[in-house]
Amino acid sequence: MKPIFDESDPVELRLCVNGAVRTLCVPPLRRLLDVLREDLRLTGTKEGCGEGECGACTVLIDGQAVLACLTAACSAEGSEVVTIEGPGFERARREFLEHGAAQCGICTPGMIVMTRAWAEACRRDGIEPTEDGARAALAGNLCRCTGYGAIVAAAVSTAREGFP
Amino acid sequence: MERYIGRDLARPDGPAKVEGRAVYVADLDVPGAWVGGVVRSTVARGLLLGLDFDPGFDWRTVAVATAADVPGENVVALIADDQPLLVAREIEHWGEPLALVAAPDELQLARALAAVRPRIEARAACFDLERSPRVFKSIRVAQGDAGAVFRDVPPGARVVEGTYRTDSQEQLYVETQGFVAFPPASDGSVTVRGSLQCPHYVQKALARALGIAPEEARVVQLATGGGFGGKEDYPSVLACHAALLARVARRPVRLILGRHEDLAVTPKRHPARVRVRAAFAADGTGLALEADVLFDGGAYTTLSPVVLSRGVLHASGPYRWPAAEIRGSVVATNHVPYGAFRGFGAPQTCLAIERLMDRAARELGIHPFELRLRNALRPGDTTVTGQRLEHSVGSLEVLEAIARRTGFDRHAWGAPHAESGPRRRGLGFSFFFHGAGFTGSGEELLRGRVSLALLPDGRVEVLAGSTEIGQGTQALFTAIAAEALGADAADVVLATPDTARVPDSGPTVASRTCMVVGGVLAAAAAELRQRVGDGAASWRERARAFLAGGGDGAVTRAYAPPPGARWDEHSYRGDAYPVYGWAADVAEVFVDEDTGEVDVARLWTAVDVGRALQPRLVTGQIEGGALQAVGWAHREVVSARDGRCEQDRLATCIVPTTLDAPRFDVTLVEVPYPGGPFGAKGVGELPMDGGAPAVLSAIEDATGIHPAQVPATPERILDLLVARAEEAHA
Repeated sequence: MKPIFDESDPVELRLCVNGAVRTLCVPPLRRLLDVLREDLRLTGTKEGCGEGECGACTVLIDGQAVLACLTAACSAEGSEVVTIEGPGFERARREFLEHGAAQCGICTPGMIVMTRAWAEACRRDGIEPTEDGARAALAGNLCRCTGYGAIVAAAVSTAREGFP
Repeated sequence: MERYIGRDLARPDGPAKVEGRAVYVADLDVPGAWVGGVVRSTVARGLLLGLDFDPGFDWRTVAVATAADVPGENVVALIADDQPLLVAREIEHWGEPLALVAAPDELQLARALAAVRPRIEARAACFDLERSPRVFKSIRVAQGDAGAVFRDVPPGARVVEGTYRTDSQEQLYVETQGFVAFPPASDGSVTVRGSLQCPHYVQKALARALGIAPEEARVVQLATGGGFGGKEDYPSVLACHAALLARVARRPVRLILGRHEDLAVTPKRHPARVRVRAAFAADGTGLALEADVLFDGGAYTTLSPVVLSRGVLHASGPYRWPAAEIRGSVVATNHVPYGAFRGFGAPQTCLAIERLMDRAARELGIHPFELRLRNALRPGDTTVTGQRLEHSVGSLEVLEAIARRTGFDRHAWGAPHAESGPRRRGLGFSFFFHGAGFTGSGEELLRGRVSLALLPDGRVEVLAGSTEIGQGTQALFTAIAAEALGADAADVVLATPDTARVPDSGPTVASRTCMVVGGVLAAAAAELRQRVGDGAASWRERARAFLAGGGDGAVTRAYAPPPGARWDEHSYRGDAYPVYGWAADVAEVFVDEDTGEVDVARLWTAVDVGRALQPRLVTGQIEGGALQAVGWAHREVVSARDGRCEQDRLATCIVPTTLDAPRFDVTLVEVPYPGGPFGAKGVGELPMDGGAPAVLSAIEDATGIHPAQVPATPERILDLLVARAEEAHA
């Protein structure tokens, strides 16, 4: 059972998801997570806790990593939402596979989305990607399989693209 | 020349996972499905007098199931039949299922659940394992006359003793448990799809609860977001609940636990109290060991007898004891039933014996590494069950490797520190082993099977009940099959674990998937290769020619125990396990003496896995398991108040993050096991055993206190530091 946040009347909502404009009719406080997973059938974004503790539902809104379980769908109106199914994750996906960073896979979409947000922030701000930097960036994403070493290495490799 | 063994194969399940395409139970699109929920007990023990249904709610809009609706037997079939699927009268734990509800949507479900009012008469409950009125199982392992050694201690010998406690631990798979069940088909058969480790366990439970034949219950595994033992037994409960609701509602039902509910009601690691004493000669040679192992089983039997068995059999540690007596019991309380978690009883007893070895080292004035080395089981030695160790005994190799890697053998462990300020550094050590595969005759009785089917295009389909739960079963089985067939990895196809298609390979537990099931797979593949024949043409060309010539491309093989293996379940004597994995850990910690906080900075581990068939997967198992062990050592608190889990959300159920995890340094040691595929033996659980004792040993090195309980939380460390300070004053 999942929490129910909004029983009010549906309103029309326009979201840009993975480059495509989608028009929906949903309660305004419906969780972005439910809109993505149920209304748009984009199930790559995972729900691990529903209260912002695990990071499995991380998506990008206008390039910023956010937790879709704590985000009201209406707050993303007019923004660019990118999920794990979207474009631009090729490098991170490859690094995760090569480092053995995906085991059970349930935290993987959130980890990859967060990795991309961090990598883009490093590039934008000219910050050298380091292991400590990756650990700080990924601290809100729980993984119980790997011990994190492989994930951190994959994130650093991803972010190093474009750095000498 | 091997093509796939020892070289990392791309995970077949990898691309779907990194692209978000892998289908977990919550991702399954089931048109017309209702959502299910559970009405639960709010007391730990009592009588269910009745269920009142609020007349203000329109009950025609939902489906309800109670104990009276169970068409077969009202039991969760596992080891004993003491656990009901739904309470009929006696309530034995908080959160016990009383009734089930399915509704068209979450909102209606929430309203319906709130409109069911159980009438309960509370009874006095027992939460103290030392005051339990009921024993589920007792086991005794004995060799020589340990009592005589302790009664009449030889001159110069020294007796060291301690009592060690370990608290429960949550598996915390990041995907909560869940099933989708479909209503019975016209022929009465039932299908469930879900997140699970052991499809054939679920199948047996469904058959009993629904009153149908096992082959009429079809269980299909979906992508599974972690298990660690947590999805060994509980999926049987959930699948039966979902199937019962689908039957009553006459439509598919999704029963997926929210995180709070999952944390509150699913089985966790058994809390334990282990008393241990050992006699040593002045030179540190172990003379005798006595251990008294007590596990809290919770309200029902579940897997407790087998957990106890593994706990007792690992209580000796990887040491020679000419005389030993180990007694163990698992008792009933009114806690939520405890179940399987990686290590399965061994981490609890390993903690006790390793802490005792540190204490003995201190009291004997022998370096803790030297004490372990002196007593380590070596090839040709016998264990406390009288098992002679002949094959793949990497004990000295891992000790040598860890010493070379860390220099711990030269570290002045326990010496006073010169540091000023509250932050103290320490190094700690542990040495441990873990039996791979089922205990005793388990594998022989089970005779796990694997089938191969040659497809018309020449590819080979592997049919096995072993599940991919993240550990890498798919890559491993592809590598083993391709190597044994002499084919390309692309020639191997893996069937989804679906009881309608795959044979019972046994459960995906007990570090047995690679060594036992992988061994059966390799034998089946060798047989198919022999039938098809070698040659210059590609595998697919040869296979197609073989089929065109009328060849039989279907092979099924079952596990055959190693020749000469013997085990007496009654006396607990003989070959307790086919073989053991061996390992040694060194942990580096920093302890803040003002706050009691522990930072585990690094963990070195040397592990004898027989042969690392897929090195990256093996390292993944070791690092992931070691972090769970480190988390349990000092951070992961699981407690209950009046039988109710106090950490029922991720805000309070704390597990390590990237910032908490130590840097790992893994050394793979390979002492091949002739009974395993290409020399491999089990690795899944071994890394869970040694982390906690190494961390506690390091805290002792840093501070001089002797932590005797897991987790060593800041509060517990401060208590010990205060006691030490008071002792110094007195």
